[in-house]
Amino acid sequence: MSKNMSVAVYPGCSLNGSSREYMESLRAVLNALEIPVNEVDDWNCCGASAAHNIDQDMAVALPSRILAQTAKDGYSNLLVPCAACYNRLKHVQQEIKTSPEIRQKASVLLNQEINTPDTIVNILEYLQSTVMPRLEGKTLKPVSKKVACYYGCLLVRPKGISDEKQIEDPQGMDQIMASLGAEPVSWAFKTECCGAGFSVSNTTTVARLSSEILIDAADRGAEAIIVACPMCHSNLDMRRREIEKYSGRKFDIPVLYITQAIGLALGIPAKKLGLQRHFVPVKI
Amino acid sequence: MENNIKVVAFVCNWCTYAGADLTGTSRIKYSSDVKIVRFPCTGRIDFMLLMKAFAEGADGIIVSGCHPNDCHYTSGNFHARRRWIVFKSVLETFGIDTRRIQFSWVSAAEGAKWAEIVNTTVERIKELGPYTEYRELAGVEAP
Amino acid sequence: MARIGVFICHCGENIGGTVDCNKVAKSAESFDGVVFSTDYKYMCSDPGQTLIKQAIAEHKLTGVVVGACSPRMHEPTFRKTCSEAGVNGYMCEMANLREHCSWVHEKGEATTNKATDLVRMLVGKVKNNKPLSPIKVPVSKTALVIGGGIAGIQTSLDIANAGHKVVLIEKQPSIGGHMSQLSETFPTLDCSQCILTPRMVEVAQHPNIELITYAELESLDGFIGNFKARIRKKAKSIDEKLCTGCGMCTTKCPTKKIPGEFNEKLGNRTAIYVPFPQAVPNKPVIDKNNCTYYQKGKCRICEKFCPTQAIRFDQPDEIVERSIGAVVVATGFEVKGTDFFPEYGYGKYADVITGLQFERLASASGPTLGEIRRPSDGKIPEKIVFLACAGSRDPAKGIKYCSKICCMYTAKHAMLYKHKVHHGDAYVFYMDIRAAGKMYDEFTRRAIEEDEVKYIRGRVSRIYEKNGKLIVKGADTLLGAMPVEVEADMVVLATASVAHNDAADLAQKLHVSYDENNFFVEAHPKLKPVETNTAGIFLAGACQSPRDIPETVAMASGAASKILGLFSQNELTREPVVAVVNRAAPPLFSTCAGCFMCQSVCPYQAIEKEEIKNRAGETIKTVAKVNPGLCQGCGTCVAFCRSKSIDIQGFSNEQMVEEVFALLNND
Repeated sequence: MSKNMSVAVYPGCSLNGSSREYMESLRAVLNALEIPVNEVDDWNCCGASAAHNIDQDMAVALPSRILAQTAKDGYSNLLVPCAACYNRLKHVQQEIKTSPEIRQKASVLLNQEINTPDTIVNILEYLQSTVMPRLEGKTLKPVSKKVACYYGCLLVRPKGISDEKQIEDPQGMDQIMASLGAEPVSWAFKTECCGAGFSVSNTTTVARLSSEILIDAADRGAEAIIVACPMCHSNLDMRRREIEKYSGRKFDIPVLYITQAIGLALGIPAKKLGLQRHFVPVKI
Repeated sequence: MENNIKVVAFVCNWCTYAGADLTGTSRIKYSSDVKIVRFPCTGRIDFMLLMKAFAEGADGIIVSGCHPNDCHYTSGNFHARRRWIVFKSVLETFGIDTRRIQFSWVSAAEGAKWAEIVNTTVERIKELGPYTEYRELAGVEAP
Repeated sequence: MARIGVFICHCGENIGGTVDCNKVAKSAESFDGVVFSTDYKYMCSDPGQTLIKQAIAEHKLTGVVVGACSPRMHEPTFRKTCSEAGVNGYMCEMANLREHCSWVHEKGEATTNKATDLVRMLVGKVKNNKPLSPIKVPVSKTALVIGGGIAGIQTSLDIANAGHKVVLIEKQPSIGGHMSQLSETFPTLDCSQCILTPRMVEVAQHPNIELITYAELESLDGFIGNFKARIRKKAKSIDEKLCTGCGMCTTKCPTKKIPGEFNEKLGNRTAIYVPFPQAVPNKPVIDKNNCTYYQKGKCRICEKFCPTQAIRFDQPDEIVERSIGAVVVATGFEVKGTDFFPEYGYGKYADVITGLQFERLASASGPTLGEIRRPSDGKIPEKIVFLACAGSRDPAKGIKYCSKICCMYTAKHAMLYKHKVHHGDAYVFYMDIRAAGKMYDEFTRRAIEEDEVKYIRGRVSRIYEKNGKLIVKGADTLLGAMPVEVEADMVVLATASVAHNDAADLAQKLHVSYDENNFFVEAHPKLKPVETNTAGIFLAGACQSPRDIPETVAMASGAASKILGLFSQNELTREPVVAVVNRAAPPLFSTCAGCFMCQSVCPYQAIEKEEIKNRAGETIKTVAKVNPGLCQGCGTCVAFCRSKSIDIQGFSNEQMVEEVFALLNND
């Protein structure tokens, strides 16, 4: 497979740290399906959630370097599993494509020519285009659970940058889960914010927003929440105790990355998918 | 004077002339280097007149009428468009710089678009400079 | 030798503030052919016009250039002035110093120079103008009214009552339009159908009105006074002469579960149907897309039961042609559906409905017989939320304008609800309350103060369903954007009023302009609100922009009065801006070679063949000839003519060349 045809992966900081199980499970699934994983060479932090609030130049420069690194190695597609990274990279890609001034500025700051891969895909787009077709004909272990697919606020927004058509009621994750044998519930908080931006500075807000999400999922009978964002995961999983304290309710709903759910359906052992790293135990 | 260029706009009465009126009523500013000549319809515009204008001292020309399907006379703008496609290739064969001719659609509701077209055209013509080449060829002394 | 007078208008400060008018007038004195030049504060005023007339007499002027506003504004004024002073009106031209100069450039020398150039340009043209006389054409005194809502009904009755013929066409099987769907009307709360249906019947019975329902305009050719309308009568699949409207077919039709358009899909209808009981005409049509016979080839039950054998399955569409003098476009509007709103569930919640659907629920003739019951389970909603501005005034949704009627009908809906469900709670989320109109503000105050409707100023970000309730999440901006959450049983969206999705197609058939929202454009926003830029075509009602019933009726009567003015003459005078084929002395007769390229490009079939014969009656030459009654003066033929034998009066080759030359030779 030539490099042009294949996809590069930008893991980002979270997938190397607090949400390493997301990357582990992605690798495990791609390995099982014999899809090569090419990490972007010498990547850096994209600056998500911090840089663009503080410094516009840095907010453009950091993702620009990642895009340039990807393009330099000849990749035309870039997969960004983290929703926050995806959002930033997609934003900056559009900015440098449409504004020669911004492109020039980034080029000066980084002292290199700024190119970009043609397309940047998020995890759902990638799974639907590349992974799901390869599952056809494979014997799957059905995920026979009611699940709440939680997209969060960054994965499908904003309009004009995201390619999602139904921004307020996306369906991609629901379709993937349904094809794994799960029953996606119809719920109201699919694209509501979990409070990620406040996860350090204002934990009460996080507890309030995240508990609203959990309450609705629980009330509608969800047995698991499926996510595709490290922030969403850490808020709903790691901060479970604060959420329970805030809402006065107990929840035993586990939170799984979509890649972990696919891994389970493929029969990949829990440990290889990093399920043991979760705070809320995943009982299979 | 290098910056003193002349752009003549040949426009139809119903869409672009009215659109340019709206630019005025909306007080949107644009370059005063453009002067508008009113025709009933772009279909009326004999493109030889464009060549005469170049020979007489025009440095750039705008031809503008109604959007496709919006022609007050049903099909005049389609004829103008067809004529322009053919005419353009003839001009190019003769070595005439077709960047000096801007063809566009501006409706009676597009006052802002008119200002934009005028300004971008004037900018381009200023970059190209006065069209002395053609005037010399046409046997008219350059002003 | 031409003797041209130049008159520069200051238009108060409008031109004078930016352009040195005196200097322009002074420069014009030196232009070739100019014998008099002056400037004046307001040239269009009485003293200004007198000044022109005096100058014409004193200096024996043969042509006039007025440097003032756009000729689209005052060309008729000054042409009249000239003709009153004995100079043919077509010897007068206007240089557009306001819209095309003073208003679009900054004050300065360059702007004054441009103004001078524009005047010189028109002097160049006017030197080559020729006196012309207006053309007289006969008028067909029949009006075509497109659309049978309240606008079309009012216009038709006004014209018909004045003694002229009207052809009224309506797309639906019945006239009545949106007004027939309404329950009560603001601000009087009188029943909509009670005031409308008598007028519908009057239309059907009027000897001067030919009513064609289930029909659409196929094409419109010709020009003011002399249009030819081709109308497609869609097959109703019944013989209207035989049908008595007994209703047997509709009771027997086995396909009964088609969501009915009249009830906004809250109720069902049959495949052969009359849209509503008071329909005019009260005769059914067969909806081919839902009829079992048309779809599967079997059934014909209606045919079996019809006591007069009026069913005609093989009836084709029919095209009829009418000679028309003037047209009123009264095609109305549509409202956006709930599926337009992602944040309110993309239309997936049955109990989130549109304002028009609420009208049907509140109507005594509606699916619930006037009881407010929610569509999902038929329960009476205890708590109801109304959202004004659903889509309107929202550039993100592509609708920047205010739909105008929603503030009022939302107040009406909330009142109707409170009058029917006394213990219920009604909330209204709004941006602003726009209640300008006679007794309008009093009406909305009544909703708030007497009927205790809770008005919350703020927008709603999301609606979702939970445990059988609709959770409405919004903000109260009068309480510092405090989040508000209402658990409602039903939500009514006052969705934006928009143009019909085929409005642009119709505009193109009629050659009238339409705006960025596909509403038809009036000739002047203030002074010609019912006219279009195409002579003989008028507008009435919400096809021009959203408006309520009183305004629509006023506009419809306005359009009717314009047409009556037109029909009061037997002949129309038309601008003599038409093409002519040149004539020369024998043996040439004309430079026309008879290629008839002009004929193939003429959009009006105005070019005829003329045979030039000798005394023996033998044809010497066949040349083109323009029928001035049909020619509209586009000039496409002029640009096409290979031998330059055809020219257009008022914009002749000579005039245009001189105009351009004069413009460019300023050194």
